[in-house]
Amino acid sequence: MAKAIKTPLYDRHVSLGGKMVEFAGFIMPVQYSGIIDEHVTVRENAGIFDLSHMGEFYVSGKGAPAALNKLVSNNVEKLKIGKALYTPVCTPRGGIVDDILVYRDADETFMLVVNASNIEKDYDWVVGHLPKGLTVEDKSLQTALVAVQGPQSETVLTEALADDLSELRYYEFIFSVMDDVPVRVSRTGYTGEDGFEVYVDAARAGEVWDVLFELTSGIGGVPVGLGARDTLRLEMKYCLYGNDIDEGTTPLEAGIGWTVKFDKGDFIGKETLVAQKNDGVKRRLAGFVMVDPGIPRRDYGIINIEEKSIGRVTSGSYSPSLRENIGLGYLELPYDDVGTEILVDIRKKPRLARVVETPFLKLIGGN
Amino acid sequence: MNPEDLSYTETHEWAKVDGNVVTIGLTDHAQSELGDIVYLELPEVGADVEAGGEFGVVESVKAASELYAPVSGKVVKVNGAATQEPALVNRDCYGEGWLVKIELKDPSEVENLKTAAEYKEFIGGQ
Repeated sequence: MAKAIKTPLYDRHVSLGGKMVEFAGFIMPVQYSGIIDEHVTVRENAGIFDLSHMGEFYVSGKGAPAALNKLVSNNVEKLKIGKALYTPVCTPRGGIVDDILVYRDADETFMLVVNASNIEKDYDWVVGHLPKGLTVEDKSLQTALVAVQGPQSETVLTEALADDLSELRYYEFIFSVMDDVPVRVSRTGYTGEDGFEVYVDAARAGEVWDVLFELTSGIGGVPVGLGARDTLRLEMKYCLYGNDIDEGTTPLEAGIGWTVKFDKGDFIGKETLVAQKNDGVKRRLAGFVMVDPGIPRRDYGIINIEEKSIGRVTSGSYSPSLRENIGLGYLELPYDDVGTEILVDIRKKPRLARVVETPFLKLIGGN
Repeated sequence: MNPEDLSYTETHEWAKVDGNVVTIGLTDHAQSELGDIVYLELPEVGADVEAGGEFGVVESVKAASELYAPVSGKVVKVNGAATQEPALVNRDCYGEGWLVKIELKDPSEVENLKTAAEYKEFIGGQ
């Protein structure tokens, strides 16, 4: 394994007291003040995140929309310029290569945002499955990403940019400048709160971070590490690649069937997914809340009341907003029905949990 | 940082000997590494624990970690305030955030534990 990469903001995290850990080949802050404090501050106010580990590819050329549409399950051809889209990239068997964002910059120019752990795999996949005439550029290391998330994030971004953001809707983006630094700003995120993601040339990431950090902390916001990023996304049942979804799970099983557009043309995985849709899935990613004490963690077994194996935990944590222990796992049907009592094997002791509706957290006025 | 009058384990528990009763807790290094502690699973009063044996579990938001007994003996008291409010361990791991009290079976076991200076060196001089 290659040496872990420091993002352009590494020194800032260290001086802010960030606890640095290796994640997907990068050295990232897992927490600063503490996961619970950071989590709650994002839900109530605002938090600033360094997400520079994420990968960015540019795809352009004649026929790019149609070609990309064969690569992903959501509909890229319908995407308007200035809008972004969440979509899985599937294998021929319907498994998930990655879940990505596609930004349409121009008619035939797109930016793909991929998970850090998948940058190399995705690049090979994209290059291998797009026609030769298209240009694919990996700009992951030249691109930094800073997110501001939380109900007060619009205040922060409005102050930082020359533009009015009140008209920028969820999953729309603009190109703007922040203190003379060119940036791409989208109203996107992974927390369930209102929020923005700011893409900037890695060489100028520090300037953007400093502006946003000062404004965020000025209103009582805090820097947020990967720990709270995980608890925030888990409360919303947003899938984490490598935990909740991978090449062995399909979008239909994961409950993100809305990202699979069966009414568009052919795309990789379509045949299998159509069959799975017609036959019905045999297991589903379900959310559960622990009734007994103990926190569900990844890979813990799940059994039914008769102690027969019915699934496995893919993600689990204490939920700082709900103050309960919550988890996700693939459950054989019909154990995924809301209200079903299941047992999670925590340290060789079966403990009662109950399947609940997701997202776990119902946000008022959220996305 | 780590009180001089306590003894320490390589698994990051501390022990305070007071006559034949030993109070056990988690070190500052451990609570800091774990982060926000949200759940404690501790033995019942009357349970027997063995030196080096698992006697409970501490869970933070991000990880679960076993607790190992510094010495053998019978549990005579469990800190109910800490099981009710596990964040006490983060806030005051050497005071209000203690975990259990054990009636010491073999006082010579205490000699196997590390001094504050030895523990400090063990965790890399912090």
